[in-house]
Amino acid sequence: MDISFKQVSYIYQPNSPFEHQALKEIDFSIKSGTFVAIVGHTGSGKSTLIQHLNGLIRPTKGEINIGDFTLKANEKTANIKDLRRQVGVVFQYPEHQLFEETIEKDIGFGPKNFGVSDEEIKQRIPQVLEAVNLSPELLSRSPFDLSGGQMRRVAIAGVLAMEPRVLVLDEPTAGLDPKGQQEIMDMFKELHTRKQLTTILVTHSMEDALKYADYVIILDHGQKYMEGTPAEVFVQKEALQRVQLDMPEIIQFIQSFEQRFGLTLRYKGQSIEGLAQEINQLLKEEVRADG
Amino acid sequence: MANSLIIGQYVPTDSLVHRLDPRTKIIIIFLFVIFIFFANNALSYGWLALFAVASALATKIKLKFIARGLTPVWFLIIFTFILHLFVTREGPVLFEIIGLPIYSGAIIQGFAISLRFFLLILVTSLMTLTTTPIEITDAIESLLHPLKKIKFPVHELALMMSISLRFIPTLMQETEKISKAQASRGVDFKTGPIKDRIHAVVPLLVPLFVSAFKRAEELAMAMEARGYQGGEGRTKLRELTIAKLDWIAFLSFSCVLIGLFLLRQ
Repeated sequence: MDISFKQVSYIYQPNSPFEHQALKEIDFSIKSGTFVAIVGHTGSGKSTLIQHLNGLIRPTKGEINIGDFTLKANEKTANIKDLRRQVGVVFQYPEHQLFEETIEKDIGFGPKNFGVSDEEIKQRIPQVLEAVNLSPELLSRSPFDLSGGQMRRVAIAGVLAMEPRVLVLDEPTAGLDPKGQQEIMDMFKELHTRKQLTTILVTHSMEDALKYADYVIILDHGQKYMEGTPAEVFVQKEALQRVQLDMPEIIQFIQSFEQRFGLTLRYKGQSIEGLAQEINQLLKEEVRADG
Repeated sequence: MANSLIIGQYVPTDSLVHRLDPRTKIIIIFLFVIFIFFANNALSYGWLALFAVASALATKIKLKFIARGLTPVWFLIIFTFILHLFVTREGPVLFEIIGLPIYSGAIIQGFAISLRFFLLILVTSLMTLTTTPIEITDAIESLLHPLKKIKFPVHELALMMSISLRFIPTLMQETEKISKAQASRGVDFKTGPIKDRIHAVVPLLVPLFVSAFKRAEELAMAMEARGYQGGEGRTKLRELTIAKLDWIAFLSFSCVLIGLFLLRQ
């Protein structure tokens, strides 16, 4: 689904001493099927922004279009449940939302609320379990018997079982071990491609944004600070430093390599292995030229 | 939900009321709550109302904010008024509403009780608006100190209070977070028949209890790890002191009380 924000502002607790403007005239649009990373420092408005995507909060000003749905200030969206079925949100620490007696019931909870039949749910469960890499033997156990990492996977499975068209991920890997982080992110990327989802990832990790996203939006103090493809955005060292963000390591490396050896290496989305080969090639050429 | 209710919320400003010793505030409010029952005519009620409004102004918090925060309580006040209107049977009958006689005494009584109710809530919420929870518990610990002689666990009680006060906002946040997560999974808290809405509370309460118990355990562990062992021999970072400002407050409140006794019949 195409998503567009037009001049969206959001104010918490308006007209009180605690009034706080979390979003200021945000404007952007996302084409269906894009993997977008939203990056920003703590308090930049990332979490507020994503809560608009399934109508948990409505903009104080401005308009949001998500597919055929429209969210506006002071205007109730009638088919909000339909919107929530199509936009799945994985919140920070989603394991806190588990409550059912068994893992099977918890995964089926979302789809059931949206009126999916029991047979259909039975079919979906093995698929999502496989996606999050959990063994089907666990299904009859209580979610509270699991380790933190496994609980996270169950909670994610619960969102995937809704079969959303848009997947919103709010730091889905926070607090996981490095291996688990990579597994989960790879799983989301694979799912994104296979099911042609529109994915919105909120993250602190520039590495993840660079590795997985097609498009990056940087927020600062509730305003859109920069946007573009990772290759465009992440090479602007000074601009990033102004909002206390770092360049991803691989780009940092390329820039210091270029400075040190006076050679040109462009970042074009290559992996570390690809980069190594490129440098190897470059060095050989240099040696040949010198010889 | 969390946005509208101000009871128990602290609003920092640089007013004199904020700078009063919390014990002063507790004692004055305690006395006010008692002496409001001595008011028995329009003048004495007006006098106390004047005091309450003046104190509210002195906090430098916007009156509009205080009034709006009390909206859930307005309902209770209006309900009390209506109840008195129909139940009290004093003085001559003034008129009838749907066949029920309304006595003149009922209107006066209704006004008096609602005003009393309003003033009580206003003044006590001024206390929490201008005093941090920590100050309140410190004050209570200090005021209840004499009870130690009869082996009453004053420090433990104060600690329990400050812990529970400390975790109210945390629990509120948690509630909001979980209800948003469940709403995203299709739970509808706001519409539908009552039966379904009661059902919708289960996915909210279970995770809330789970995390509350977990948090309690973690807190106990953290306290133990830092060698917490109760009130015996424990020193304070900030000692409470009664300053000149507090004596001025006591003095002015005494004037209010003297005024009250002169004005009442």
